[in-house]
Amino acid sequence: MTESRPAGRRLPVTVTVNGVARTADAEPRRTLSDFVRHDLGLTGTHVGCEHGVCGACTVLIDGDPVRSCLVLAVSAQGHDVTTVEGLGQPDTVTELGPVQRAFRDCHALQCGFCTPGFLTTITAGIAENPTPTRDEAVDMIAGNLCRCTGYQNIVEAVLTAARYAAGDDTPGGPAGHGAAGVEH
Amino acid sequence: MATRYFGAPVKRTEDLRLVTGRGRYTDDIGAGSAEGLLTLEAAFLRSPHAHARIVDIDVSDAIEIDGVIAIYTYEDLEGAAAEPLPVLIPHPALHAPRTNHPLAKDVVRHVGEAIVMVVATDRYITEDAVAAIGVSYEFLPPVIGLTAARAAHHLVHPDVPDNVSAHLVQESGDARAAIAAAPHVLEYTLEIERSCSMPLEGKAVRARYDVDDQSLRVYSSTQTSTSVRAAIAAKLGMQLGKVEVIAPDVGGGFGVKIMHPWPEEIMVPFAARQLQRPVKWTEDRREHFISSSHERAQQHEVRVGFDDAGRVLGLDVTFWHDNGAFTPYGIICPIVTSTQLLGPYKPGAYRVEFSSVYTNTVIVTPYRGAGRPQGVFVMERTMDRIAETLGMDRTAVRSANFIQPDEFPYDHGLIFQDGRPLIYDSGNYPDQLTMLKEMIGWDSFDALQAAAAVDGRRLGIGIGCYVEGTGPGPYEGAHIQVQTDGTVDVAIGLTSQGQGHQTVFAQIVADELGVPFEKIRVVTGDTRRFGHAVGTFASRAAVMSGSAVALAARKTRAKALEVAADTLECSADDLQIEDGVVSMKGNPSVSIPLGQVAVLSNPLRYAFDEAAKAATQFARPTDPSVPPVPAGREPGLEGKDYYSPPRSTFASGMHAAIVEIDDETSEIRIEKYCVVHDCGNLINPMIVEGQVHGGVAQGIGGALYEIMAYDEHGQLQNASFMDFLMPYVTEIPQLELGHQQTPSPLNPLGIKGAGEAGVIPVAAVIASAVENALGMRISAMPLNPSLLHGLRAAAAATAVES
Amino acid sequence: MKPPPFTWHGPRSVDEAIAVLGEVGSEGKVLAGGQSLLPVLAMRLAAPAHLVDINAVEGLDTITVDASGVTIGALVRHTGLLRHPAAGNAQPLIPQALSCVAHATIRNRGTTVGSLAHADPSGEMTSVLALLGGSITAQSTRGARTIAAADFFVGPLESTLAPDELVVSAHFPGTVREPGTTSGTAFAEIARRHGDYALCGVAAIARVDAGGALLSLRCGYLSVSEVPLVLELTDAWNDSERAAVELARVGVDPSSDIHATAEYRRSLAGVLTARVARTAIAKARSVPELRAG
Repeated sequence: MTESRPAGRRLPVTVTVNGVARTADAEPRRTLSDFVRHDLGLTGTHVGCEHGVCGACTVLIDGDPVRSCLVLAVSAQGHDVTTVEGLGQPDTVTELGPVQRAFRDCHALQCGFCTPGFLTTITAGIAENPTPTRDEAVDMIAGNLCRCTGYQNIVEAVLTAARYAAGDDTPGGPAGHGAAGVEH
Repeated sequence: MATRYFGAPVKRTEDLRLVTGRGRYTDDIGAGSAEGLLTLEAAFLRSPHAHARIVDIDVSDAIEIDGVIAIYTYEDLEGAAAEPLPVLIPHPALHAPRTNHPLAKDVVRHVGEAIVMVVATDRYITEDAVAAIGVSYEFLPPVIGLTAARAAHHLVHPDVPDNVSAHLVQESGDARAAIAAAPHVLEYTLEIERSCSMPLEGKAVRARYDVDDQSLRVYSSTQTSTSVRAAIAAKLGMQLGKVEVIAPDVGGGFGVKIMHPWPEEIMVPFAARQLQRPVKWTEDRREHFISSSHERAQQHEVRVGFDDAGRVLGLDVTFWHDNGAFTPYGIICPIVTSTQLLGPYKPGAYRVEFSSVYTNTVIVTPYRGAGRPQGVFVMERTMDRIAETLGMDRTAVRSANFIQPDEFPYDHGLIFQDGRPLIYDSGNYPDQLTMLKEMIGWDSFDALQAAAAVDGRRLGIGIGCYVEGTGPGPYEGAHIQVQTDGTVDVAIGLTSQGQGHQTVFAQIVADELGVPFEKIRVVTGDTRRFGHAVGTFASRAAVMSGSAVALAARKTRAKALEVAADTLECSADDLQIEDGVVSMKGNPSVSIPLGQVAVLSNPLRYAFDEAAKAATQFARPTDPSVPPVPAGREPGLEGKDYYSPPRSTFASGMHAAIVEIDDETSEIRIEKYCVVHDCGNLINPMIVEGQVHGGVAQGIGGALYEIMAYDEHGQLQNASFMDFLMPYVTEIPQLELGHQQTPSPLNPLGIKGAGEAGVIPVAAVIASAVENALGMRISAMPLNPSLLHGLRAAAAATAVES
Repeated sequence: MKPPPFTWHGPRSVDEAIAVLGEVGSEGKVLAGGQSLLPVLAMRLAAPAHLVDINAVEGLDTITVDASGVTIGALVRHTGLLRHPAAGNAQPLIPQALSCVAHATIRNRGTTVGSLAHADPSGEMTSVLALLGGSITAQSTRGARTIAAADFFVGPLESTLAPDELVVSAHFPGTVREPGTTSGTAFAEIARRHGDYALCGVAAIARVDAGGALLSLRCGYLSVSEVPLVLELTDAWNDSERAAVELARVGVDPSSDIHATAEYRRSLAGVLTARVARTAIAKARSVPELRAG
């Protein structure tokens, strides 16, 4: 039977988010990004443009990176959604996941607003291609906008994250001239 | 000596929360909580027309929509809120300032100007209501672009007859006479188009009114929480003490968020107080395009006279600055252009004159670089044209005009943006050029270019030099408190938008106070913690707050030594602080942890915690003749201080690029990009490099991708990320970066600002490289393949004709 | 930027979907990948009263490769098709063009059939479908029909699809395999930024005989005309590359916008025609001659 949800009616929507089935009432027009942020309180997913260009809202649906501003919450029913919160929320930097750790080590973020979209995208990217070349690293993040970093260190973080994920803990550092980050 | 943090590439303390989704941006506050459910959301009906009289506003359909709580128009405003918004930085040359109202009164002057505010239970419904409001307009002729504004056939403000808001002339020497007497004279026009900051998080405001306390707490995605607070208090008629403003995590600023108060920063608290419920407004991307601010559009007419050695004898620049529909931020951008145009050079005489003009477009306020990219474009094109005229190497012309290392402090004889004399504090431009030429391979490029030409590849090399006044005053302050557990709380009023302030200011405190880095917590931009501040702009945070933090740490340290000296019955001079412990020089076994010094600094020490209990071991019989808190001392181990500089510091840098132009498609590819940068002493080189990387990327955006495409009706045709082309990773080359450090003599840390630097010379560099590749002049930026195709076709046609 | 209200329908089968579409008619809009539709809704440039969400419809996510070519269901995401080796073997233009469609994240959700139904003349796959002479199959309660690409695209964002019809599949003909001939294809486009809509894009398909002589050269164009444009360039190319380029330049009908002038786009059409034609012909000549049959 075709399920129909009338305009304006807030009805329960259930989505598995970070492994947990979560239910909240939502209008049919509610985007997955608003649902995750405001109905489930998972504000790590950020909304930068609401028209699918910036990539800040990228989440994984059944493991694939997707713009959550271009998916209706109701369309995500029955699917697995992974947000940045699902990549781990440790209290110490030593317990960060490989992509998270690489971002910090390589100074691949400044304001942090675009970062969750990069983290989810790269998590899926290195799962699919565990040993990216520099060109493949560029391609992996080619759909995400960052206004702060100039990308150089993000590319470095992709390569570093792939190494970390493969168990090579040789510390990565920022791209280009000079500094390798110091831990204190 | 323990680890020194200043100068080390310390990893950021901000990152743990930001990579785990635990950042807190304004729109995140309250999400998923009971407060979130109570929160109302605002949206604005914005003018769809560039210039029109509002005849009627009909909200009758909108108010019927289920979930709509309130609808406000100008008529609902009262008191100071109904007055025009302030002119933040008045200037004698700004003779006709005009500002808008929080909601439009009678006439709208640009597409996007707020007319009606709707408050409803959620943003979806709010937007439904906005769509249901009927407004009838009487159209007025729009003034779009500098050419139309200068012609003044139509007026943006009826009482500004020539559309000119400001006119300023500055002169050092007699430039016109020097040009008249010069062996060579060139004259040309140069243009830069509009762009904008475009942070990935737009603006956002959230306000909560406490009825019992009659106070407001406001979160704003701002670059200045203290000033937003003052504006809200003034506009809503509240005591300053009843308003708190917090800039939580802010998703980028780049200038647009130093402008304040935005209409929404008044209207959201206004509604929260009236409705007695939390109200928030989160700007969407379209709103950001049409109702925030832009920058950059200027037309320049240049006359330059020079000698056979390429030395500039006289430079006369007249330019027009498009300030949009209103001038709430004053005329900082054209003032910056007019003074920073000089870069590292010392022309024999200089005259500059500008007019700032109104257009029916979004307001213009500083965007990273703030007038400098335009000025550098003008000066660097001038250097290249002199070289072309004389057949000289382009770097030789620059060298001939450099201020020399032994000429600092160098006084240009002009007044800078901070109202202080334009005096450069330090620098070494010849060395910088030597470094850059080496990095880019300047001297071997001709061979590379010739070899590429054999393969049909068109390469070009370009260069651009700049000097950036950074760290303008008037002041910043800091407060430091050592807690009884030995942790250290640092508070500054200045805000952060991703620059790593929590990290770098902790580095300074760690060194100055002698405590481990990880024990330091820095809070920025929260008026509950620090009330007096100016804001984060003009590459001033490190210079101003960094210096203030150092001074406050020194005060705190002095007090810690005094208190410890009392206890240990020695002189403060005999003590040192290392790794969070005060100890006797030469006899480190005599020591007290800093946390216990904090306990001892307060005679009321209820034993709440272990530190207080432990401190009792140091308790001595009190001297009944002395009060428990001696004169001149305050309880608690804390220190507060302010830094106020005599004038700005002057950072500098030089960029060079090699580009390849596709002969068939006119596509422009950056093959190599090198930067040499001098911001004085580096607090954290990793963070400085990140700032430069990001700045260059924004500069490349400004040089090759980003424009604000207004049509003749004043409609912004590219108000989306699909059509406003910010670069992705695929558009940005790897850059090579070299540091030069000439410490500033003006502040205790010898630092200069770094935030804006990367963006400043990029358009000039790319233009220079494209000129070199194609042997044709580039007089306007940004450039794109289609434009370049047209320029090349026109040049080819001219060549055929002649 | 929030979508206006609509009633949402979640059919589970094609029959259910077309039943709903039959009821809502022109008030309804099909939601598949949503990568074009949702931005339009967010900007409130459209306000359909009903959205028929086919994401849970069974049986629409299949890719069938046979002697005639590649047939894809309405729920096949770009990424799924791009990574389908047999589809790429059967028709190399499919992966060549798909890899230029937006960015990977958009391709993960967006459907190829959806972009065809969107009938955007700047779409890579509309141009490829037109060049290959492919078709789409639409179904409604009135029955099913197959519409040739040439009859499907009638204007910018305009097709001959009826409001009650659901595009259930699209068919891309495979490489023509004739004894004694070989084929080659190429695709190129120029966009302002990598992943943007192309300022101009060209797909080419060339066929040569065993001696390498050009038997056929056809190019499909995007972003330079109101509907996907196909040009027959065989004779011109056999005359000279310059003649073919000139034919392309006069054959396209571009317009100017803020990103490029019509003249620039026309110039790109010429440049890209030469580039893809050269590549396609070279590929055709490098293929070992097919075994008969």
